[in-house]
Amino acid sequence: MTSRDVLFVAVGLITAAAAVLSVTNRRVLHAGLWLVVALGGLAGCYLVLGAELVALVQLLVYVGAVVVLVLFALMLTRSGAGEVDTSSAHRWVAGAVGAGVTVLLGGTLVAAYGWSEREVAGPSNDAIGEQIFGTWVWPFELLSLLLLAALVAAVAVATTGHRRQEGER
Amino acid sequence: MELPLTVEIILKAVVVLAAFLTLPLAIGQTEHKVMAHMQGRLGPMEAGPHGIAQLVADGIKFVQKEDVTPAAADRWVFRLAPAVALIPYLIALAAIPWSAAWVAADVPASLLFVLAVTSVGIFGTLMAGWGSGNKYSLVGGMRAGAQLVSYELPMVLAAASVAMAAGTLSLTGIAQAWSWWWLVWQLPGALVFLIAAVAELQRVPFDAPVADAEVVFGPYTEYSGLGFAFFLLAEYAGIVVMSLLFTVLFLGGWSGPWSDTLGPVWTLLKATMVAILILWLRIAWPRVREDQLQRLAWVVLVPVALVQLALTGVGVVVWG
Repeated sequence: MTSRDVLFVAVGLITAAAAVLSVTNRRVLHAGLWLVVALGGLAGCYLVLGAELVALVQLLVYVGAVVVLVLFALMLTRSGAGEVDTSSAHRWVAGAVGAGVTVLLGGTLVAAYGWSEREVAGPSNDAIGEQIFGTWVWPFELLSLLLLAALVAAVAVATTGHRRQEGER
Repeated sequence: MELPLTVEIILKAVVVLAAFLTLPLAIGQTEHKVMAHMQGRLGPMEAGPHGIAQLVADGIKFVQKEDVTPAAADRWVFRLAPAVALIPYLIALAAIPWSAAWVAADVPASLLFVLAVTSVGIFGTLMAGWGSGNKYSLVGGMRAGAQLVSYELPMVLAAASVAMAAGTLSLTGIAQAWSWWWLVWQLPGALVFLIAAVAELQRVPFDAPVADAEVVFGPYTEYSGLGFAFFLLAEYAGIVVMSLLFTVLFLGGWSGPWSDTLGPVWTLLKATMVAILILWLRIAWPRVREDQLQRLAWVVLVPVALVQLALTGVGVVVWG
């Protein structure tokens, strides 16, 4: 095992443990904080695999913005304080879905690459930029259109509710 | 002289740590003195000549104070928060170049690295706001969260404009590509970045999260002793990091006469000017209201940053 393997296993274990803790924790806010550790650890995994840009974007977008918004919403609704208890049926279904996705992803990886070792060489930042804004520019723009539609819809939902409230008054 | 790799890494780490422990204190002392003189006062005068050791005395005082964890606090979240707020700035400081040779950790995408790492620091504030078990802390933490998410976007856009102009994500590369007319070309982006940086640091006029008349001291209300000192240190370290980043991005970093030998001195001088400007804002302006704060970010800063991005794009295509 090279030092990179050791590092990858360590970061991977931290990520997996934080993810499990985030799912099993009864206090929603603690679950959110464990999610921060899990997503940060995932950024570490990307970094060890040589994908510097993906790792940094993961940190900037998911840790720095998405989870902040999640925690903010939790604080706003005060649902972070209480303990959440899901029914056992709920847990079983969630567990089954999680296991199914794991098997599916793992199966796809094994089917695509087999069990043989692969040389890890992440693409350079320039190459990623050229691919996103060259070859894959249309899917990329389509995604931003989808997000824009979601944003407009969210504003619409929020403002129509507001108007109804004023009407009641 | 070639040093072995481990020795070099340890030496660099020690230098960065030393800078991290002294520069924020220098900023704090400057704030005391600049603020005092602008208000016709003397400021601290007792500790050392002209009160120069005032912050050291403050540090000794903070260490002696009792570290209280409130009964209603979420214990671990409360106690970890100061460290989470402080450490990102230490890591960010290591990646900021002082000159082409003076950089502790020269990572390829250092601009993105610094922005990504500093964005993690907000969790310290959120954890403090939540973990204190205090309604003022919670309100302050929520204000901080809303503010940081809003101002992150214009800041990243303004930084992206410079990266586009330079054609690289490396801070060293950006400073090397800089030339004087960028002062005009990138001016809107520079203003957006400076305003967003002040807002990210929760300094006046954007200090609604810690507004003393409304929420006591926001997320930091319940902290005493070293925890409180860590949050103060994080604020000043944030000013150091943001001033250096602004210098490297918009003021050409170490460029200036005899920059081969005097490079780091130029960086330090320019960053000090930016830091004093940030301190000056606190004395010159009143606090903006929470809704005004959000409006400024989304109605003014984001469109200006987008226009700057378009302007940079046109410039790169025409002249590049």
